[in-house]
Amino acid sequence: MKDIETKQEYLDYVDKKSPNSPILKNCFNAFWVGGLICSIGQIIFDFCKYKGLEDTACSTIVSITLIGVAALLTALNIFNKIGKFAGAGSLVPITGFANSIVSPAIEYKSEGYVMGVGGKMFTVAGPVLVFGISTSVIVGIIAIFFI
Amino acid sequence: MDFLQSIDWMQLLRCFVVGGLICIIGQVLIDKTKLTSARILVIFVTTGVILGALGIYQYLIDFAGCGATVPLLGFGANLAKGAITEAQTSGLLGAFIGGVKASAGGIAAAIFFGYIASLIAKPKIKKQ
Repeated sequence: MKDIETKQEYLDYVDKKSPNSPILKNCFNAFWVGGLICSIGQIIFDFCKYKGLEDTACSTIVSITLIGVAALLTALNIFNKIGKFAGAGSLVPITGFANSIVSPAIEYKSEGYVMGVGGKMFTVAGPVLVFGISTSVIVGIIAIFFI
Repeated sequence: MDFLQSIDWMQLLRCFVVGGLICIIGQVLIDKTKLTSARILVIFVTTGVILGALGIYQYLIDFAGCGATVPLLGFGANLAKGAITEAQTSGLLGAFIGGVKASAGGIAAAIFFGYIASLIAKPKIKKQ
């Protein structure tokens, strides 16, 4: 085997060696699991609406419920199994955001509650909040001038 | 039961299809690029904020309901919507308050449940 000298050669080598993931099957699983999670959300939404709540309140209840269920499933170590099967199907809905907070919180418990649980909780969710919130502030400032 | 009769099944189907399609975009990003899941989540939320700010995402929410709001794109769109609405009523202060205020429930829930879960769950032992 010839030596790998450049970064490009290395990337080619990795491409050749890494197994082709069955993308169609992954997409199919992501589709129906993701769709199902959204549908569960929709049923909760409809139920809140049926009980006479406002739209924004319904949406918030949907988020909180799905996050709560995802946290419980993460704690029971079931979410990881769903995640392995569904890929983006459980990552892209709000459940993925919940899992990204709960999973390291449990994992780093041994490092103590302040720096372990409290700090490591945000390893993935931190960047999401930083970019999400920063962009929203920029959008808000632009909205003052242009709307 | 009255509630079961009140469910709009076509709405539920649209929700399922749109929610699923958004997840397929995520799956293609996972399989075709070598982005980590953290980057994918960041991309989804930021794209959601931009689509929400441009007013495009609202059409999808009107069409698909929770199929559009439950994925992280909807979380982003919600941040943008909150920031814009609040900015219009209370100016610069609103631009800072609005986004987080609109999504405070979700953020607080995730942190709270994360903390509770860490209290009750034991970390799984990794097999070497």
